[in-house]
Amino acid sequence: MGKNLLKKVWEMHKVRTLPSGQDQLFIGLHLIHEVTSPQAFAMLAERSLKVLHPERTFATVDHIVPTDDQNRPFKDELAEQMIQALEGNTAEHGITFFGLDSGLQGIVHIIGPELGLSQPGMTIACGDSHTSTHGALGAIAFGVGTSQVRDVLATQTLALNPLKVRRIEVKGTLGSGVYSKDIILRVIAELGVKGGLGHAYEYGGPAIEALPMEARLTICNMSIEGGARAGYINPDRVTFEYLKDRRFVPKGEGFERAVQYWKQIASDPDAEYDDRFELDADTLEPMVAWGINPGQAVGVLEKLPVLSELKTEDREVAEIAYSHTRFRQGRPIKGQKIDVAFIGSCTNGRISDLREAARLVQGHKAAAHVKALVVPGSQAVAGQAESEGLPEIFLQAGFQWRRAGCSMCLGMNPDVLQGDQVCASSSNRNFIGRQGSPTGRTLLMSPAMVAAAALAGEVADVRELAQGGRE
Amino acid sequence: MSRSKSVIREITGRALAVRGNDVDTDRIIPARYMKELTFDQLGQYSFYDQRFDSSGKSLDHPLNDPRFEGASVLLVNKNFGCGSSREHAPQALMRWGIRAIIGESFAEIFAGNCTALGVPTLTVGNGEIEELMKLVEAEPQTEFRIDLESRQVQAGSSKVSFSLSASQAQVFLSGTWDTATSLLDGLEEVQATAARLPYIKDFPYDRPRG
Repeated sequence: MGKNLLKKVWEMHKVRTLPSGQDQLFIGLHLIHEVTSPQAFAMLAERSLKVLHPERTFATVDHIVPTDDQNRPFKDELAEQMIQALEGNTAEHGITFFGLDSGLQGIVHIIGPELGLSQPGMTIACGDSHTSTHGALGAIAFGVGTSQVRDVLATQTLALNPLKVRRIEVKGTLGSGVYSKDIILRVIAELGVKGGLGHAYEYGGPAIEALPMEARLTICNMSIEGGARAGYINPDRVTFEYLKDRRFVPKGEGFERAVQYWKQIASDPDAEYDDRFELDADTLEPMVAWGINPGQAVGVLEKLPVLSELKTEDREVAEIAYSHTRFRQGRPIKGQKIDVAFIGSCTNGRISDLREAARLVQGHKAAAHVKALVVPGSQAVAGQAESEGLPEIFLQAGFQWRRAGCSMCLGMNPDVLQGDQVCASSSNRNFIGRQGSPTGRTLLMSPAMVAAAALAGEVADVRELAQGGRE
Repeated sequence: MSRSKSVIREITGRALAVRGNDVDTDRIIPARYMKELTFDQLGQYSFYDQRFDSSGKSLDHPLNDPRFEGASVLLVNKNFGCGSSREHAPQALMRWGIRAIIGESFAEIFAGNCTALGVPTLTVGNGEIEELMKLVEAEPQTEFRIDLESRQVQAGSSKVSFSLSASQAQVFLSGTWDTATSLLDGLEEVQATAARLPYIKDFPYDRPRG
């Protein structure tokens, strides 16, 4: 039997077995940001430790940056303190920092792939759970806590338990108006938010192979929402073409050598897996996560679950979800009124997401009662969108056009829900309070579905709005 | 770091139960309280939005219940700590006074973060957790004695076996749960591993000027 990518990468990066029985694993790329790193730098200082590989560490600022007025100092003093701490720590330790004036700043999981820092066959760590995103390039990428950020800073390694690998095979072809976001929401709905415990997810099959890189990033991004420690897609021609000529990717002969390695690192055709799961893209419809975790999701034409029909365990969480959302059991989610529409985040803040949303809203207007927001995932995405005239399209459709940052995905910057507003969101989590208001309600969906909801003022089926596009 | 290098064999104290599956780290500590440069002040924000309404009025929650004041063992259900990798969540609980968590299952990043702080995450079956939860809810004064060596918890007259990963057991019982120390021991091998990697050796990052 052959080996899967995770096993190959793990073996290459294993430094040794620790006394605990865990493996010490070398980390090829460490990405840091302002929220989970200051305490780690303080821990280093306490022990008089240095950053072992500053040249393999890259920083940016994303969670706390305001997306409207970015003049310094920030109005929020705490946010200003956090960006200053990161500026100070990166300067002191010789770490490249993509700050607001760099033209390269953005959400950490957008800029890693965009700059070609994230590459196939690499191990990647970041103090953020959505680090799984980078797996789309064929990397093994881990979200970690702050003590582990300290560990990587000091030793460029992590202490990790080996993972099992579940192959998620997606057959068929996505219909128009159905996107990679719908694939991952369906996978999580089927396998559950704890279904991936102890596993990495390897996504493959015809429907995955047909996806461009940006759509693949969306899928791997949400692996963690299914409980998986990591998620990846084997590198292929799409990967190599995506990486070619990116800023940090070797050029010329170096690129040829890289492609040789990247090809070898992919799972063997007869690779072994600990588990397998199959999904059919042909029958997939646009998904909406309606509850308080991303696994509580239904097709846009399906009805919300009836409590009495659920298994005990699902029922308990669904009861909390209904008491929080006040949505009605057994009713379709289509037609649910929304107050806010958010397009952005590390899940869906890339240029292809914005292009598709712009295509759908062009010549239309957002419903009068809806506050609609488009937040590019990085300064590079913003620049590209501007060169294509997308901001004008959004502005004419009644959307606000913002600057790069995490924005309304989480309540750490001025973009937050008010009271019990319902938000159609292209982000990744619908946890209670996630979007900054303890009583706020989040409906997760593809950016195209968010665009459709913004125009209708309620959850709508993007397939009815216009002929949906294909990824 | 004064607690590093300390062997953790036994944890004693009273317990409290926070019921529910899939309790995410946004619920354990809302993101707006993460705008802090240190973890020092986080304890007070544990489960904040579950404990207080928007006007600041105290809600019915075990962490607000004076009967559980000073409890050091937290009882939970399945997939506790899912979602965001924020270490702020276990840091908040630890600074609230929690020294061990017993539950049906834990999200992996959360459990790893707890281990790095010297807070064991112990797993028991559904029947056992229900028994322990009912016990503390009826008798909050019940003393818990968790023995990591025998992997048993004694609570009043109840004795329950728990499981603990081999690596967690090893690091707590040997006092090496502070991973940085053991990782630093292998620095020479770290550099040797790095030197063998194709993306370091054969096709390093292109570093454009400016």
